[in-house]
Amino acid sequence: MREPTPSPTPTVVMCPGGPMLLRGKHVVEDADGNLHETRRPVSAVCRCGKSALQPWCDGTHKVLPERDRP
Amino acid sequence: MLAPKARGSLSEQVLAALTSGQVSPTLRDVEPDGPEDAQVTLWSLYELHYRGFEDVDDTLEWHPDLLAVRAGLEAELEADLRERCPEVDLGDDFAAGLFSFIEQHDGPSVARFVQRDATHEQVMDLLRWRSIYHLKESDPQAWVVPRLSPGPKAALMELQYDEFGNGDPQLLHAHLFAQGLAASGLRPDYGAYIDEAPVEVLEENNAMSLFALHRRLRAASLGHLAAFEATSSGPSRRMSRGLSRLGFPAEMSAYYDEHVEADAVHEQLAVRTIAGAVVAEDPSLVQDVVLGAFTCLDLEDRFAEAALARWGAVDA
Ligand code: FES
Ligand SMILES: [Fe+2]
Ligand SMILES: [Fe+2]
Repeated sequence: MREPTPSPTPTVVMCPGGPMLLRGKHVVEDADGNLHETRRPVSAVCRCGKSALQPWCDGTHKVLPERDRP
Repeated sequence: MLAPKARGSLSEQVLAALTSGQVSPTLRDVEPDGPEDAQVTLWSLYELHYRGFEDVDDTLEWHPDLLAVRAGLEAELEADLRERCPEVDLGDDFAAGLFSFIEQHDGPSVARFVQRDATHEQVMDLLRWRSIYHLKESDPQAWVVPRLSPGPKAALMELQYDEFGNGDPQLLHAHLFAQGLAASGLRPDYGAYIDEAPVEVLEENNAMSLFALHRRLRAASLGHLAAFEATSSGPSRRMSRGLSRLGFPAEMSAYYDEHVEADAVHEQLAVRTIAGAVVAEDPSLVQDVVLGAFTCLDLEDRFAEAALARWGAVDA
């Protein structure tokens, strides 16, 4: 049996209607100029602007009306 | 941990067999008295594959007569779960379809009640009940790893590595919960509160083990994972607020705070790179993903209804 060949893994992934995933170690500067180091294999950066945990996504995008989702 | 207390004739005989080591082939003919008896028996048999019991011989894990009892109980549980699950069409965009199926599901929320109205004592009940799963958090899904092809396998490991603390046992999610329990004045040891776990908790636990232990149900296990992760960030935030409102120690809130952030990542991975990749490789597995996702949501509804009813509360 042949395994399907996995495609190359992206380091940055835009999730439709949701966050931007960052794979690996990164330092993210938030809107106020503060630096945040990633501390997981994959991190989710908020793109909707409504997360209470900036710069990270906290799932709030899911309760926004469709047109306010990124 | 010690073997749990029996809750009926079947569990009485199976637990007696486990603790005495005297296992008889006639065990498979004993009928459970009801759901509680069936679920605690199945839970105990599954537990032999996780951490076992101090008062049960480890070699019983693969005893054929016990496996036969387990198979009978599993068949009934699986039939029930399948019967409850509706036919769902997720559409052409799997990730969007699964997210919206999960978002549209509406049920009572224990977290909302904890945020606003629960008493300290009610939250202590809840933590004891939740401890049955949270102290083995992500363990069932670890069994799915060897059953996957490279893409979904690497993706599941990426999520699991975070659940298991990224190489640091202090950060392991189950350990964070244990520390929260200890700081709250509860027992942090694995399975400590099994005898007071309501049948809905046992069933939630057993469904996860069922899906994870059978290779043919691997997609249901991943569908369950997707629904679990995708219903965690918001409720975890409400739990954290409720815990702070009631003056619970920071260690307890820390577990939930970690899940607000981690599960906003995990839901994307579980839906897209894990379940999504499995279904992209084999589209016939979509219904199993739905079975797992629906089961997760439905069993949590049943738990929430039972918990709120026991407290004489409603989730307004
Ligand atoms: S993108 Fe998820 S909260 Fe903003
Ligand atoms: Fe977790
Ligand atoms: Fe998670």
